[in-house]
Amino acid sequence: MINYIIRRFFYAIPILIGVNLLTFALFFVVNTPDDMARMNLGMKRVTPEAIEKWKHERGYDKPLVFNGSAAGSEKFTDTIFYDKSVKLFVFEFGQSDSGRDITYDIKQRMWPSLVIALPILLIGLLTNITFALLVAFFRATYIDFWGVVLCVTLMSISSLFYIIGGQYLVGKLWHLVPISGYEEGFDAFKFVVLPVMVGVASGIGSGIRWYRTIFLEEMGKDYVRTARAKGLSESLVLFRHVLKNAMIPILTGVVVILPLLFMGNLVLESFFGIPGLGSYTIDAINMQDFAIVRSMVFLGSILYILGLLLTDISYTLVDPRVKLA
Amino acid sequence: MRVMLRYLVAGIILFLSGCGVQTWNDPYPADEANKNILYSAFADRPKHLDPARSYSSNEVQFTAQIYEPPLQYHYLKRPYTLIPLGATEVPRPVFLDRDGRVLSSASQEVAYSVYEIHVRPGVYYQPHPAFARDASKRFLYHDLDAKSLAGINTLADFAKTGSRELVADDYVYQIKRLAHPRLHSPILGAMSEYIVGLKSYAQRLDKAYESLVAAKGNKEAYLDLDKFDFEGVQVIDRYTYRIKVQGQYPQLLYWLAMPFFAPVPAEADRFYSQAGLVEQNITLDWYPVGTGPYMLTVNNPNRQMVLERNPNFHGERYPLEGEPADQGKGFLKDAGKPLPFVDKIVFSLEKESIPYWNKFLQGYYDASGISSDSFDQAVRVGGQGEVGLTEDMQAKGIKLNTSVETSTFYMGFNMLDPVIGGYSERARKLRQAVSIAIDHEEYISIFTNGRGIAAQGPVPPGIFGYQEGAEGINPYVYRWANGKPQRKSLDEAHRLLAEAGYPGGRDEKTGRPLLLYLDITASGPDDKALLDWYRKQLQKIDVQLIIRNTDYNRFQEKMLKGDAQLFTWGWNADYPDPENFLFLLYGPNSKVGKNGENAANYDSPEFNRLFERMKNMENSPERLAIIKEMVEIARRDAPWLWGFHPQRFTLYHGWYHNAKPNLMANNTLKYLRIDPQLREQKRAEWNHPIVWPFVVLIFLLILGTVPAIVMYVRREYSAPKPPQLNS
Repeated sequence: MINYIIRRFFYAIPILIGVNLLTFALFFVVNTPDDMARMNLGMKRVTPEAIEKWKHERGYDKPLVFNGSAAGSEKFTDTIFYDKSVKLFVFEFGQSDSGRDITYDIKQRMWPSLVIALPILLIGLLTNITFALLVAFFRATYIDFWGVVLCVTLMSISSLFYIIGGQYLVGKLWHLVPISGYEEGFDAFKFVVLPVMVGVASGIGSGIRWYRTIFLEEMGKDYVRTARAKGLSESLVLFRHVLKNAMIPILTGVVVILPLLFMGNLVLESFFGIPGLGSYTIDAINMQDFAIVRSMVFLGSILYILGLLLTDISYTLVDPRVKLA
Repeated sequence: MRVMLRYLVAGIILFLSGCGVQTWNDPYPADEANKNILYSAFADRPKHLDPARSYSSNEVQFTAQIYEPPLQYHYLKRPYTLIPLGATEVPRPVFLDRDGRVLSSASQEVAYSVYEIHVRPGVYYQPHPAFARDASKRFLYHDLDAKSLAGINTLADFAKTGSRELVADDYVYQIKRLAHPRLHSPILGAMSEYIVGLKSYAQRLDKAYESLVAAKGNKEAYLDLDKFDFEGVQVIDRYTYRIKVQGQYPQLLYWLAMPFFAPVPAEADRFYSQAGLVEQNITLDWYPVGTGPYMLTVNNPNRQMVLERNPNFHGERYPLEGEPADQGKGFLKDAGKPLPFVDKIVFSLEKESIPYWNKFLQGYYDASGISSDSFDQAVRVGGQGEVGLTEDMQAKGIKLNTSVETSTFYMGFNMLDPVIGGYSERARKLRQAVSIAIDHEEYISIFTNGRGIAAQGPVPPGIFGYQEGAEGINPYVYRWANGKPQRKSLDEAHRLLAEAGYPGGRDEKTGRPLLLYLDITASGPDDKALLDWYRKQLQKIDVQLIIRNTDYNRFQEKMLKGDAQLFTWGWNADYPDPENFLFLLYGPNSKVGKNGENAANYDSPEFNRLFERMKNMENSPERLAIIKEMVEIARRDAPWLWGFHPQRFTLYHGWYHNAKPNLMANNTLKYLRIDPQLREQKRAEWNHPIVWPFVVLIFLLILGTVPAIVMYVRREYSAPKPPQLNS
């Protein structure tokens, strides 16, 4: 398995370079260094000299990817792309274009994101699997039929509706929890309850339908028929055999997103005033802060690769037939 | 057992009714109840809190409470009046000729103006670690190593603080900082044109900074500005300094009321330049140090910013006089009382307007603007256009403040454009026809809920030179009827269009339809209605409008190159002087070629000549006459379709006092007073927890599982059915 992990580590390097190059190209197609300078210096009374100085200080006055006037390897190294990308590989994110330390900001903002995302994942998983097993248990009955109808209805509603509706009912009308805000430590509880409820509710429709499909597929297999033929009760068949064998597709969906939980949820965090990482990238795109955008995209790709690796490893834990070599 | 049961029942009843419990939805810590704290919010985190850099309103709302420039605006008086703040009096300029001889009055010979500013003695900085010294008077925290930095995450983690008296040197130091190459002060360009020697000083600093960075290998290395002096600013004694400007520049006084000219102690700059602090985001850009009524004690721009009363504040009193109506409105009830009234101001990050609005209605924010979504819920517009609060708002004791902003949103015509630009009679008539067709009264009604007034010229209300009534209307677009301006008819627009050479919207020479292009940065789905509206306005005079929707970067590029034809833009006053609006039409300030703020590239020699005369004059009947002449020229040439001046609607609760709109001053939080007891009482009244719907919901959910349980039991425990045999 160690060999496999090492190999995957080396596979990741070209992927990360590619992601970096793509982010770089996409960002600079839309924003020129002059635009970035203007955005940072403000909209009023910005002189061309100030723009030039701003670019020079941050190294944005260099050529983007190829420096024709430089000699030797500097043709590639004395460029914006090289300057801004190499340090990422040793996790030195540096300062944002407005002068804040990016690593510090990420460390500060990832925890509130996690405080919301982790309970949503766990409670959501538990709820979805439980209800999916229930509707699978009652397959081809009116409970299954109306359950699926309800799921499709829930899926069709925008997540924004859950947020605004949740805030309106629970926060505004019933006055049970604060509408938005955040505190650190145990005080965070009253602020986290509503976003977690909303997060779970907004994912319930698609979640139940997805797991129901997995369970029904498993239930059609021979070993289930054998179990039933041996006289096991339906609940035992479901919980002891079907659930265990459905773990691989469940893990595929769950483990891959585990590392990404730090990255937060843009809309949820925005509406509930959670100071997480969800809006960090979007704010940076709006402010044309390339330093933050590249750092966040890089971090996102690393976490995604890590998620995929963890998924592969988790297969070996739930299915002894899977061997990583 | 029976007693326990009784308690249990009582507990359930209490829980269901929510009686006798503190409000559950209070987003603030319980120990803040009944405290003299003002609650506000910010939607976008500020980018800079360094007074040399911060310019936008979301930054100045913090810096203006902390830093004290030499002057400030009187809170109540109108027109806006400058009064001393850090200075002992408003300075009067001394005029000098080329040889440095003092002139008795302002004249053509004035080569320089010198402002001598006397600093108020006995003013101390807020407690700050940058001033902390040990027993041998050496700074405690100016040479921090990795060991001393362990456990330091915010400024509050430093064990000791100190202070010192404000001196003239601090004001001069800050003016020098405007030229610091690392700070990129947005006003360096503008000030370099006026303050003697500032431009060359900035060049000297550039070189010195480059050598310093090369030597130290650190961009944050401390550049000691005390080693560099220049002619334009000089310290005369401990409490006096002078600013020398080229020629006459009376608008300097307005700049002296902005945080750009507030004092910064060199010790703070030195302290913050340490690499270990920069890595923790502890910089002067994020942790201001000032002499004002408040100091920033919590700076978490991702969640909350907190201003608390500065224990070293020198003291100030609420104004004794204001406008004649202020007494009746209760704005003088606190006259003469010491400021500030509020102990603490909590700003929470609130990115969305809906939660902000709902929390305002629950009493968790003390004041609020009104978004389009909540306008109908809050405001009732009468048949005659008069505005008032809805019954719901009145029942809550909410009050409404309205004020026309000193801003203008206009549609510009690029005067360099071969079709719509130029100064021929034909081009003028075309622009005037378009000006009549685009109905800004309708725009205000549809897109801003009636919050605004149609502009009659470049100068907004509240600024010297603005004319009300029949005298102030733009005669090329309006006529005065029934006591108000009436937009001219479309027939008039058609006539002008025909005279411009486009009868029926077609070029009389080629017969081709007239196409106009509007460059705009409207990208959201909500903007579709706006774009359709613009098209329809020109369809009224048979002119086709083609919208070129673009992102802001490309838009800026087009404007710099002069590639746009029609465009929309806005300007918010920096200071209450007509020069700050009329310079937007001054030829040498054009966007194309000169990168100025004159986006229409309007260049009328007559207008330019008058502007040069008017800009340095004191407000007087003579200045007013010149302004009228300039506005008349601009209206005739119509380089802008004058657009509208937005109106600000602010709601505040009954416990919030002294909220007089002041569109120029930013340091107004010190004047606000709240009644925390009334607020607590209202919050409890409005936020009674209602538990029963939640319990019912859970009960219904449980009830919903009953059929499943019944079916499960039936399926699992019923006797197996006999196999069916196929016949």
